[in-house]
Amino acid sequence: MFHWLEKNPFLFSVGVFLVIAFAGLVEILPNFAEASRPVVGLKPYTVLELAGKEVYKKDHCIACHSQLIRPFKAETDRYGQYSLSGEYAYDRPFLWGSKRTGPDLHRVGNYRTTDWHENHMWDPKSVVPQSIMPAYQHMFTNIADIDTAYAEALTVKTVFDTPYDTPNGVKLGTLDEAKAAALEEAKAIAADMKNQDVKDAVANGQIPEIVAIIAYLNRLK
Amino acid sequence: MQSNAALEYDYSVAKLFTYTTILFGFLGMLIGTLIASQLAFPELNYLLGEYGTFSRLRPMHTNIVIFGFTLSGIWATFYYVGQRTLKVSMAESKFLMFIGKLHFWLYFFGALVAVVTLLMGISASKEYAEFEWPVDVVIVLVWVLWGISIFGLIGIRREKSLYISLWYYIACFLGIAMLYLFNNMEVPTYFVSGGIGSIFHSVSMYSGTNDALVQWWYGHNAVAFGFTVPIVAMIYYYLPKESGQAVYSYKLSLLSFWGLMFVYLWAGSHHVLWSTVPDWMQTMGSIFSVVLILPSWGSAINMLLTMKGEWNQLTENPLIKFMVLASTFYMLSTLEGPIQAVKSVNAIAHFTDWIPGHVHDGVLGWVVFMIMAALFHMAPRMFKREIYSKKLMEAQFWLQTTAVVLYFTSMWIAGITQGMMWRAVDEYGNLMYSFIDTVAVLHPYYTIRTLAGVLYLVGFLMFAFNMVKTMTASRKLEEEPQFRSPMAA
Repeated sequence: MFHWLEKNPFLFSVGVFLVIAFAGLVEILPNFAEASRPVVGLKPYTVLELAGKEVYKKDHCIACHSQLIRPFKAETDRYGQYSLSGEYAYDRPFLWGSKRTGPDLHRVGNYRTTDWHENHMWDPKSVVPQSIMPAYQHMFTNIADIDTAYAEALTVKTVFDTPYDTPNGVKLGTLDEAKAAALEEAKAIAADMKNQDVKDAVANGQIPEIVAIIAYLNRLK
Repeated sequence: MQSNAALEYDYSVAKLFTYTTILFGFLGMLIGTLIASQLAFPELNYLLGEYGTFSRLRPMHTNIVIFGFTLSGIWATFYYVGQRTLKVSMAESKFLMFIGKLHFWLYFFGALVAVVTLLMGISASKEYAEFEWPVDVVIVLVWVLWGISIFGLIGIRREKSLYISLWYYIACFLGIAMLYLFNNMEVPTYFVSGGIGSIFHSVSMYSGTNDALVQWWYGHNAVAFGFTVPIVAMIYYYLPKESGQAVYSYKLSLLSFWGLMFVYLWAGSHHVLWSTVPDWMQTMGSIFSVVLILPSWGSAINMLLTMKGEWNQLTENPLIKFMVLASTFYMLSTLEGPIQAVKSVNAIAHFTDWIPGHVHDGVLGWVVFMIMAALFHMAPRMFKREIYSKKLMEAQFWLQTTAVVLYFTSMWIAGITQGMMWRAVDEYGNLMYSFIDTVAVLHPYYTIRTLAGVLYLVGFLMFAFNMVKTMTASRKLEEEPQFRSPMAA
């Protein structure tokens, strides 16, 4: 029946490719422009928040935590308003996750505070006795990579027109300006923390990973 | 050389990939067992400092199993099956031999870089696409080299008709090429910003919901074209070869192949049900997932019917047992997947341990069983020695089968329990359980899963031992066995 095709590797391969590519063309392309439109009032991440997002990616928090609240009463009762597409407009990559070994974090900034995160990251069992989450004490000594976070912000501003440096928006500026702004933000967070090493580092102009990731988690609302 | 003269096939590349299949298989399963035990016994998170937490090791486990073990297995078998079904030896072309070896060594180098970068936490944080752009570039080059090997061998073939297995290898090559390229479109920040920050870092070309859509179009179909298509390629070759039976139906092969090619890609959106992806895409994903049962079961039934009238081989030859069980687990897994893709079931199943349960009955029961059977079948032909021990193989079979059953049953119960507890409300409509209650309840199931992991890992070590002994210490064979693989008791 198809024996002729099986003797013609070129046509066969073209045929296979068209058949498998078809679904992607129909399913993915049409909705691209619409789905990436931001909700009104959404601001891009600050450089410190981006550095925190990098820590989130580096320690691979998505292995256990989702950022996607589904439209069920059980979920909105537990986590808050269900997630909207436009809220993710500046997320590159998206960090929905696919497994909830721990709870969803999409609006964790609404109900957890800086000091809660500090205690929890140092020793999860101190705030949630039955927790199976590991402690992330290395975040208190590792220094966050602000340069790379700035490079990311500059890249999305240049390539994807992410609205930095707009009136009443998030200011990016030069690398030095951005670093100074990140340090100011970090100081505000460190003021709510108790770990003396972290406070000292921030006072010396360095930002430990824990400060950056708390900035990111507080922003998730 | 005439086409009917006996050909001396050259297995040097197939052997290299056989070694890495065993190596990465062991590593991937070892880390898998470790992270499974971390969920049951969290103290085990602190064995390697910041590099040993569950979250840092989980992508290591998935990537070593997918890109280490499975890819090696696919290529070990391709460099064997390709020559034999095309009736051409790699030794006939210096060029193809060079490409084959380059393919292996570049792959091995890439794998080392990949492992180191993941351990360091350099990750794009998209599941099964964690590698940052420099590793992606190496992977693309490796893929191109494989393409040259496939079409180069086809170019100098004697057998004009492509055998079914080759259809599937070609589909694997084309499918993964398309998926990998599009999902990993990313902009390196170092170059755009004029040299600021880490050179490894990049941002995805897509944002938010779009990124999710592309990612799961990739994620689901990487499973399709990595864990299904090339494994079907293997069973279509090795089961008829080992049993001496002809494939039951050519028409069914045809229907299953083209059906699978067309349907699989649509189903990706069942990973983002109830998300912010447009509703019609979610519905398409659900519907096509159910349709997918047809071509999946088509292949599996075709393989089972190939054994028609020859079921006695199941008791006599453990290799047939491995392949028939693999086929059966493929049927289980491809029925379970569509059930989970029904929207109302997914509302409970998504985000729970039922999903890793599903993945593992497919991977442990189907993919790993089939690859091990293929390696066992090739060993006497490549190393010209009989298989070292049939008894060991039998013991391994039952040990690992028990492990798979323990794994998926415990995860089914864990997943459905947790899914139901998340949504349980009391008589006033308030949530009954705090999140941590739904974690604490899983401890027994996590412990059973750890046990399953240990059993499976021990089974894999028995396999590795049997293979190494076959290569080095087993009785030498005078001539190549035709069908059933010779093995010492």
